[in-house]
Amino acid sequence: MDKSNEKDNSKYAVVMEKIVKRFPGVLANDHVDLFVKRGEIHAIVGENGAGKTTLMNQLYGLIKSDSGKIYVNGVETRIENPNDAINAKIGMVHQHFMLVNRLSVVENIVLGMEPVRGPFFARDSACKQINELSKKFGLFVDPDAIIEDLPVGIQQRVEIIKVLYRGAEILILDEPTAVLTPQETEELFEILRALKAQGKTVIFITHKLHEVMAITDSVTVMRLGKVTGVVKTSDTNPRELARMMVGRDVLLRVEKGSAKIGKEIFRVENLHVNENRGLEAVKGLNFSVKRGEIVGIAGVAGNGQSELIEAITGLRKVEEGRVIFKGVNITNFSPKRRRDMGMSHIPEDRLKHGLVLDFPLYYNFILGKHDNPRFCDGEFLRLIDIKRFSDELVKRFDVRPPIINLLGENLSGGNQQKVIIAREFSFNPDFIAISQPTRGLDIGAIEFIHKTIISMRDQGVGMLLISMELEEIFSLSDRILVMYEGQIMGEVTPQKTTTEEVGLMMAGHKLEDLRTQEA
Amino acid sequence: MANDLKKFYMNDKIIVPVISVITSLFIAAIVMIMIGKNPFIAYGALIYGAFGTKGALINNLMKATPLILTGLSVGVGFRAGLFNIGANGQLIIGAILSTYVGTKMIAYPFYLSIPIMIVTGMLGGALWASIAGWLKAARGAHEVITTIMLNYVAIFIANYVVNGPFQAPGGVPKSPKIAYSARFPNLITSGATWLSAGIFVALAAVVVVYILIEKTKTGYEIKAVGFNPYAAEYGGISIGRNTVMAMAISGALAGLAGTMQVMGLYYRYLGALGGSMGFDGITIALIGQNNPIGIAFAAFLISSIRAGSNQMQIAGVSKNIVIIIQGIIIFLVATNRLVKTLMFWKRKEVEEA
Repeated sequence: MDKSNEKDNSKYAVVMEKIVKRFPGVLANDHVDLFVKRGEIHAIVGENGAGKTTLMNQLYGLIKSDSGKIYVNGVETRIENPNDAINAKIGMVHQHFMLVNRLSVVENIVLGMEPVRGPFFARDSACKQINELSKKFGLFVDPDAIIEDLPVGIQQRVEIIKVLYRGAEILILDEPTAVLTPQETEELFEILRALKAQGKTVIFITHKLHEVMAITDSVTVMRLGKVTGVVKTSDTNPRELARMMVGRDVLLRVEKGSAKIGKEIFRVENLHVNENRGLEAVKGLNFSVKRGEIVGIAGVAGNGQSELIEAITGLRKVEEGRVIFKGVNITNFSPKRRRDMGMSHIPEDRLKHGLVLDFPLYYNFILGKHDNPRFCDGEFLRLIDIKRFSDELVKRFDVRPPIINLLGENLSGGNQQKVIIAREFSFNPDFIAISQPTRGLDIGAIEFIHKTIISMRDQGVGMLLISMELEEIFSLSDRILVMYEGQIMGEVTPQKTTTEEVGLMMAGHKLEDLRTQEA
Repeated sequence: MANDLKKFYMNDKIIVPVISVITSLFIAAIVMIMIGKNPFIAYGALIYGAFGTKGALINNLMKATPLILTGLSVGVGFRAGLFNIGANGQLIIGAILSTYVGTKMIAYPFYLSIPIMIVTGMLGGALWASIAGWLKAARGAHEVITTIMLNYVAIFIANYVVNGPFQAPGGVPKSPKIAYSARFPNLITSGATWLSAGIFVALAAVVVVYILIEKTKTGYEIKAVGFNPYAAEYGGISIGRNTVMAMAISGALAGLAGTMQVMGLYYRYLGALGGSMGFDGITIALIGQNNPIGIAFAAFLISSIRAGSNQMQIAGVSKNIVIIIQGIIIFLVATNRLVKTLMFWKRKEVEEA
C-alpha cells in the first residue's frame, strides 16, 4: 500500500498527508490531505479560521506540524524552516509584503543572497538576472525603483520575482488579490498564466470564489480545519463551493429593498486632511450622506480613505474645510462629543482602534459608552448591568464563544468584528462611519454583517462605507464615490455603472473623461 | 475549551511570579554551593531573620509598609502605560511637605493632624508626579526621562531645605521632629523596634487602589489608555487627561510612602529616608503583576528577604546573595514569556501522555 502511494505521489508537485496542527484550544488542521499536480494552479478556499494559511505555513516551514507527511515531487521531505522550503524549491508570497521600503527593487529581490564580485555587491549582474526573470514571466518592473514609490500591485510583482529568484518551482500566494484593483488583479492573473505556461506550480489561497473560477485548475475546500471538498474547477460553480465552505447555502448577494432616503444628516465641505508625514492626503472633498442611505467610497488602499474617516470621527485634525453633522459644525469636536451626538464608527483597523485586546469582552462592549449612566453610577461602574448588556449583545450578534469574560485577544477576527459592530450599532446611532467592515472575514460572518448594515439603513441611519472590496461597495451602497489620491473621481449608482468603469476611476480616470470617451 | 483558555490566562498572573521566586531561590542556592556555603543554613537564617522572632517580624512589617505603597505607585503607572521611575522624588517631596506641616501640628488633636499629614504627603507626591504627567500630555516628553530628572530636583530641594531654612538645631542635615499628635501610635514594641499604624494605611491603600482600578470609571479609562491608547482615543477617552490623572495617583501613593516613614519611623525628614524605595517599587510592581493584592505580597516578599539578609550575614553567607535572588526574580518575571513557554511545554506533555 505504501509503495503504491509513493508511486501515485510522484505525479504531484506537492502532497501533504494527514497533516495535524494543534494550537492551544484549537485543532487548526485535522488530518488534512492536499494534492497539487505539477504545473497547475490550485486554489485553497475556506472561511477565515478554516486553517488554509496554517496549512501553507507548514508547507513553507514557518510552523511545524504536529504530525503528517509532506512529499515534494514524490519524495518525502522534512520542512522545518523556510530554508528547507527554499531548498525544496518552494516559495511563498505573504499577504503582507516582506519588503524593505527604503531599498530598491533589485536590493529587495537579492536580499540575503546577493551576487558578489570579491567583497562587493555585483549590482549589474543582479539586475541582469532580474531582467531575465521579468521578461520570461511578463513581470515588468524597474529594478532601480525604490519600493515605497511603487503601487501595491507592482510591489507584489517584486515579491513574486523575489521568490522566483530563489529558484522556486512551487509558488504559494496567500490572498494575493486582497489589495489589488480589478485591473491589477487581471494583470496578476496574466502573470499566473505565464508562470503556469512555464511549468511552475501555483497554490493560491483565497476566499473570493469568482477568482477561483477565473484562474484555477482545481480546488481544495477547507472548513474548520478539515478538507470538505476537492474538485476540478471546471466541474463546479461558486454556489457549490460556497456550500462546501460554509456547510450550508449562502446568499452570495445581499438582499435589500430600495432605500427610503430621508433628510441630509452629514456633510463635508472642502475637506483637507494631512497624513502622518504632513503631506496632503484628502484634497478638498465635498459630499453628503442622507438618512437611510449608504454612501460607498471605493478606492485602492492608501488613497486618503483612512485619513478621511479619521477626520470625520475626530481622530485626525482637519486642515481646512468643515464637517457638519445634524446641522452642527463639528469640525473641531472631540471624538467623545461626536459619539454623544449620535455618531458611531467602525474603524478600519479593529485591533488598533476598535478593541482593547487585553480587556474582557464586557469592557470592550462599553468602550465609548462607559460613562453612560446605564453603565456607571457616578464614579462606580455598574458591573452587573454591564455584564447583562454584554450577554445580550453576545447573543444577539452571535459572538462565539459567547463568554463575556474572555479577553478581546482570545476571539477570532470575525468575532472581534462582531463585538465592534454590536457595540457601534447599539445606542441608536444616527450616522455610522464604517471602514472595511468585513476585511479578512469569512462568508458566514460577511453575510451576517451585511444584513445588519442593511437593517440599520432601513431604520433610517445614514452610513458612510469605505471598503477596498469592490463587491462589497457594489452590493451595499446606494451611491458610490470613487476616491483616488485624495480626490473624488466621480459619483455613480451601482445600478448604472460597471466594475470596469469604477476600476478605471480607482486607477485615476475621471468619470467625465470616461463618459466623454465613450460618447 | 474556552473555559480552559480563561483559566490559563487567569492563572499565569499568579503562576509566573510564584515559579519565578522558586526558581530564583533554587539558582541562588546553586551559587551558594559554588562558593562553598550551605544553602540550607543560609535560607534557614534568612527565614529566622525575617519571621523568627517578634522583633524580626516587626522589623519586616515596618520595611514592608513603604514598599507596599511605592509598589502600588509604580503599579498604577504601569496600568496607564506609564513607567514612573520618579517614585523616589515623589516620596521625598511628600515626606518633606508633611514633615513641615507636622511640625506645625502641636496645637492640633491627633484626629485632625494625622489626616492632615496624610493628605499633605499625598498632595505633595501627586503634584510632583503631575509635572511629568503634564509634560507628557502636553509636550510628549517621555516620563522616564522627566521623572528621573525630577528625582534629582527633589533630592536637591530636600537637601537644601534640611541644610538651611528647615534644619534642626545641631548642624546635622535633618529637620526638626514633628508634633506628637502627628505621629502614628506604636501598635507593638519589641526592644528598639516598633510597628506603627502605618501598615494599616498601606493595607487600606491596597484595597482603595484595587477598587479604583477594578470598579471605577477612572480605573476603566486608565486601563484603556494603558492597554491601547488608540482604542481609548477612539472611544472618546482623553489620553492627556488620564495620563496626568494616573501620574497624580501614582505620585500620591509614593508621597504617602514618604509620609508613612515620617509619621511612623523617623518623625522627621532626613536624607536617608527615601533610600531606594522608589526603585524597589518597580521590582515589586513587576513581581506583583501590577495587581494591588499581588503587590502587597510582593512587597512583603522583598521586605522579608531584606529583613532576613542580616541574619544570613551573621550565619556566614554574604547578604549580597539576596541581590542575586532579587535580580533573578525580576529577570524571570520580566521575561514571563520564557516562563509561560516552559509551562506550556509541560502542559502539552501532560495532554499528550
